[in-house]
Amino acid sequence: MSDQWDQQAPTVHLRESDDLNVEAPPQSTELVPVPQPEGDDDSLLRRGDVDAWGRSERLREVARMIYDPMYRHWFRVEWEGLEHIPRAGGALLVANHAAAIPSDAPTIMHGIETELQRPVYGLAENLLRAIPMLGTIWSRVGGVPAHPDNAYRLLHDDQQLVLVFPEGTKGTGKLYRDRYKLNRFGRGGFVEIAMRAGVPVVPIAVVGAEESMPMVWKSPRLAKLLNVPYVPVTANMLLFGPAGLFLYLPAKFKLRVLPPVEFDVPPDQERYSRSRVMDEAEHIRERIQLALFDMLRARRSVWAG
Amino acid sequence: MRVLVTGLGTFWGSRLAQELEARRDVEVVVGVDTTEPMLPLERTEFVRTDSSHSILQRIVQATQVDTILHTHLVVDSTKLSGRAMHEINVIGTMNLLAAAGAADSPVRKIVVKSSTLVYGSNYQDPYFFREETPRTRGPQTGIERSLLESESFVRDFAEDNPHVLVTVLRFSNVLGDHMATPFAHALRLPAAPELLGFDPRLQFIHEDDVVNALMYTTTHDVAGIYNVAGDGLVTWSEVCRIMGRPRVPLPPVLANLAVEPLRAMRLVDLPPEMLALLRYGRGVDNSRFKRTGFRYKYTTAGTVDAFARSLRLQRAVGSGGPEYRYERDVETFFRHSPAVVRGRR
Repeated sequence: MSDQWDQQAPTVHLRESDDLNVEAPPQSTELVPVPQPEGDDDSLLRRGDVDAWGRSERLREVARMIYDPMYRHWFRVEWEGLEHIPRAGGALLVANHAAAIPSDAPTIMHGIETELQRPVYGLAENLLRAIPMLGTIWSRVGGVPAHPDNAYRLLHDDQQLVLVFPEGTKGTGKLYRDRYKLNRFGRGGFVEIAMRAGVPVVPIAVVGAEESMPMVWKSPRLAKLLNVPYVPVTANMLLFGPAGLFLYLPAKFKLRVLPPVEFDVPPDQERYSRSRVMDEAEHIRERIQLALFDMLRARRSVWAG
Repeated sequence: MRVLVTGLGTFWGSRLAQELEARRDVEVVVGVDTTEPMLPLERTEFVRTDSSHSILQRIVQATQVDTILHTHLVVDSTKLSGRAMHEINVIGTMNLLAAAGAADSPVRKIVVKSSTLVYGSNYQDPYFFREETPRTRGPQTGIERSLLESESFVRDFAEDNPHVLVTVLRFSNVLGDHMATPFAHALRLPAAPELLGFDPRLQFIHEDDVVNALMYTTTHDVAGIYNVAGDGLVTWSEVCRIMGRPRVPLPPVLANLAVEPLRAMRLVDLPPEMLALLRYGRGVDNSRFKRTGFRYKYTTAGTVDAFARSLRLQRAVGSGGPEYRYERDVETFFRHSPAVVRGRR
């Protein structure tokens, strides 16, 4: 995912195409101002509730219903600092990433949606979109391909909460012995998007995901052959066989939301200072890392918290 | 305004010529194509050319047109062979621009009807293409390649001729009463095809909005590239629900091969670019064109609904009146005979 973040779109356009902030020119009377039979509101014509992002609130509700017991009784999720998440307006939620099949994304989305009654859109590897069924379901329950344009539009135009894991598959693809050691936060693309969209970054530290599906071994050769980020052998597979693909270990989840990071820069710039972006990204990474160490110091047991 | 319309033999060309005729400030409408006009026209002068518009330079000089409406870009690959399509889209556009850019050319405005096909459809795509968003992978089909190529000619032309106002409109998938697009065709079937496990987000535009948008750019000065697509996106399953059509799944792997027997039986032709859309869909950001002051009549869902209504009507009363046929003698008589009293309207 991280590679997607830093692509700069080369600008190709015709002459004058950009200076169109001119307000509506006088309209011709013959043709153009047409009577609006439906108007802008076409909700009466709709036969489904899938929004422009492919998300269905109804299916999201179903997903929450199914996931709720897992959230409550299996992972026994505990939050602190939820008040740091803004009640209105866009914000980019940034968290550490773990578990071969990430268990942190659904937990964070579920938690915030039930506690704050605000939808969260989760950015993820766009390869998911290419998988039949799974790709569709993923998108219906709030997944969005991690393209910088998507993030910007969600944050800036739609003022939504967007969740991103800057470590990407480097986070989920790490072995158990490297647990809670944060990887590089991409190239800081997430900071640049937040700057451009003019929204704060809200760091979240997650404890528990690492132990819910620890990876004990991986095969780089097989991964290369299959053209996927990693092919894992997890403790879950060793314990439960094939069921281990889906069955998480009941690690206790603790999440800490850190105070939002605001960037004091004008939004919608073509480009932001590379060094500033890298500094901010590193700073956010460090804060999550320190919070993790702090939480781990206080943790008495992986399973009981 | 003196206007030249390319593709008069297509629905779009004829339809726009009709609109232009209705305007008092349009003195002359000249239409070129290899085939005869599709719709009855009052005063448009039709000139038959070869597909690549090689005599355009003479026509432009002789008629002194100041505006060219280039509607003749093929965007439906099921209608023509790849070769013919290339000839029309690439060579045709090249000759057209050569004529428009000649030394003492009277042309001051060119409007090109292109398609959002230039963005392709791929899993790495952003959900909303802006006009300057690059494709995420190279062109996959002949039609995409030819459209990209003709657009690049237009771009070069705009750069070389700063005194000419150049507008490129990229339309998303069109539905309407008259259009026979691959999507319209698929939705006319008793059951609509889908790719198993995929339910893409799609964006449509109504045929009336296409005409309005082209007329809007002809009568207003808006240079640049614009996406033109109805507001909102609707998933394919919802499109089928609005249309009241059940869906038949096609295998998601080797879909192109699976469609081959259907093609051979002439049941339905799903070209590769449509299969890609049925897999990943495509959304474009239509706000830049709206900022110029254009207002859409239909949203995406509204377009699909209007299409459903028009199909229901057609099922009840048939596809309407007798087909129009162009007769050269008759048309010449009405336009040029001294016996006809003109200008009574």
